[in-house]
Amino acid sequence: MKILVLISNVPDTTTKIRFTADNTTFDDAGVQWIINPWDELALTRAVELKEAGSVEKITVANVGTRITEPTLRKALAVGADDAIRIDADPKDAFYVASQLAEVAKDFDIIMAGIEASDYNGSAVGGMLAELLNFNSVSAVSGINIENGELVINREIDGGSQVLNIATPVITIVQKGIAKEPRIPAMRGIMMARKKPLNIVPPVEANAKTTMINFELPPPKAACKLVDEENAKELITLLHEEAKVL
Amino acid sequence: MSVLVYTENWDGKFKKFSFELVSYGAAIAKELGSSVTALSIGNVSEDELKKLGDYGAVKVLSVNDERFNSLDNKALSVAVSKAAGAEGAKVVIFAHNNLGKALAPRVAIKLNAGLVSGVTALPSGYDPFVVKKKVFTGKAFTNVQVEADEKVLTFFQNSYEPVETENKATIEVFDPQVGDDAFSTTVRETNKITGKVLLTDAEVVISGGRGMKGPENWGGLEELAGLLNAGLACSRPVSDEGWRPHTEHVGQTGKIIAPNLYMAFGISGAIQHLGGVSSSKVIVAINKDPEAPIFEAADYGIVGDAFKVIPQLIEAVKEM
Repeated sequence: MKILVLISNVPDTTTKIRFTADNTTFDDAGVQWIINPWDELALTRAVELKEAGSVEKITVANVGTRITEPTLRKALAVGADDAIRIDADPKDAFYVASQLAEVAKDFDIIMAGIEASDYNGSAVGGMLAELLNFNSVSAVSGINIENGELVINREIDGGSQVLNIATPVITIVQKGIAKEPRIPAMRGIMMARKKPLNIVPPVEANAKTTMINFELPPPKAACKLVDEENAKELITLLHEEAKVL
Repeated sequence: MSVLVYTENWDGKFKKFSFELVSYGAAIAKELGSSVTALSIGNVSEDELKKLGDYGAVKVLSVNDERFNSLDNKALSVAVSKAAGAEGAKVVIFAHNNLGKALAPRVAIKLNAGLVSGVTALPSGYDPFVVKKKVFTGKAFTNVQVEADEKVLTFFQNSYEPVETENKATIEVFDPQVGDDAFSTTVRETNKITGKVLLTDAEVVISGGRGMKGPENWGGLEELAGLLNAGLACSRPVSDEGWRPHTEHVGQTGKIIAPNLYMAFGISGAIQHLGGVSSSKVIVAINKDPEAPIFEAADYGIVGDAFKVIPQLIEAVKEM
């Protein structure tokens, strides 16, 4: 089996979020870029499956400009065999999925994180599945390959399920899919430099949505403090003042 | 022309969130000069379906076909798209939950629509269509303009107050004629969470962090949650340590929740944690460290020992 892991290049999750140009653009000055946390877990699970002998090859793909290359190199260092960068600015989910559809046809399993931690779209995996006419399964918290058959654990609203699904399939994964994201070892980092990173030109596609501007949440009023010895007053405040109990 | 709302049922019943979605859809339909059709897939009684009318659905399409019980994403997307086609829907609305997030992107492609996920408010404009959504895991918002004629939205729970109306719905049985070949999911096992309030549904959430010192100390939080009919949550270190199941982890990489009341015990409030809870209407923090960042996000707080505070809160709730 061949796995494709979709990689988003996102700001480190501790980044202070700021905007420039009259709140129309995310301010990326000084930002550290990382593999989207869920994509990193997906990649980790893919590497585990390869180590267990049930997967031959892992490819990672990203739609992005040259600034995403360090992130793809890191994915190679974690254990992907090769990388594809579609050389374009990722305009919106439809644009990104349209680009990925060109390179994703020949894989058995495509893994995508349940969302990207920047624009929280939760969209590219499902759109790609539809464009390729693949099956898809979302909120996946476990993937195993047993006798060539895919066994999936997924969270449903109000519980969980174990299921089989035919390949080719797009699995949209969340927490639980792997215990901890794998940290690349020195040997992996050295090897990653020699692994292929193929740059592919974009195809024609029109974005269907535009983020026209951004806003930060309104500042919170100061926290009202209750004395530790008089904690019961908190319940009174929540009941009578905040009216949430 | 209409607004189509996908309303999920749980064991044949709708939850408040479904009514919230229908009310939200009705408000959009009013602006567009059209009406709301609710789509229900599953075995739901006529009386229950009629409730959707109380919140503004003019028509309810009811699909009762056991094959959809497997929640096969591909097959369900075909069904929703066919309903959208039959109704001439300009806007299709899903819940921003596991199933909604799974189906909305597929349906958007089928309908050639623009998708906005995690929407938190009514559109600020209809021509062009502009709607607000969360970005950076609740740390900011963006206004998204949809260029396509058809729109698909996933709507954040607890962002719109359901409105009861005098409206009555007509109920129609709908057969989307989905062939067997569209189904490829075989469910082996289903485990439903019973006897506990679901974290994503809960109006009150009680949450514990590393300050709780160990899994053996959760008894007080469980008792408080039981009394308040609240969901239980935890911070990332707690689920990483295995003190609590990872399904209870709220924060950037766990669940994103927006209850009316979020009470954090012994949680310092790392930026990633706050991302998952910042949309809660009221946040309460109980922490020993007065410098803990959680107090900057909190509306009410106690600087003190959670183990001293919890029994007092339990007593106060019992007296309420």
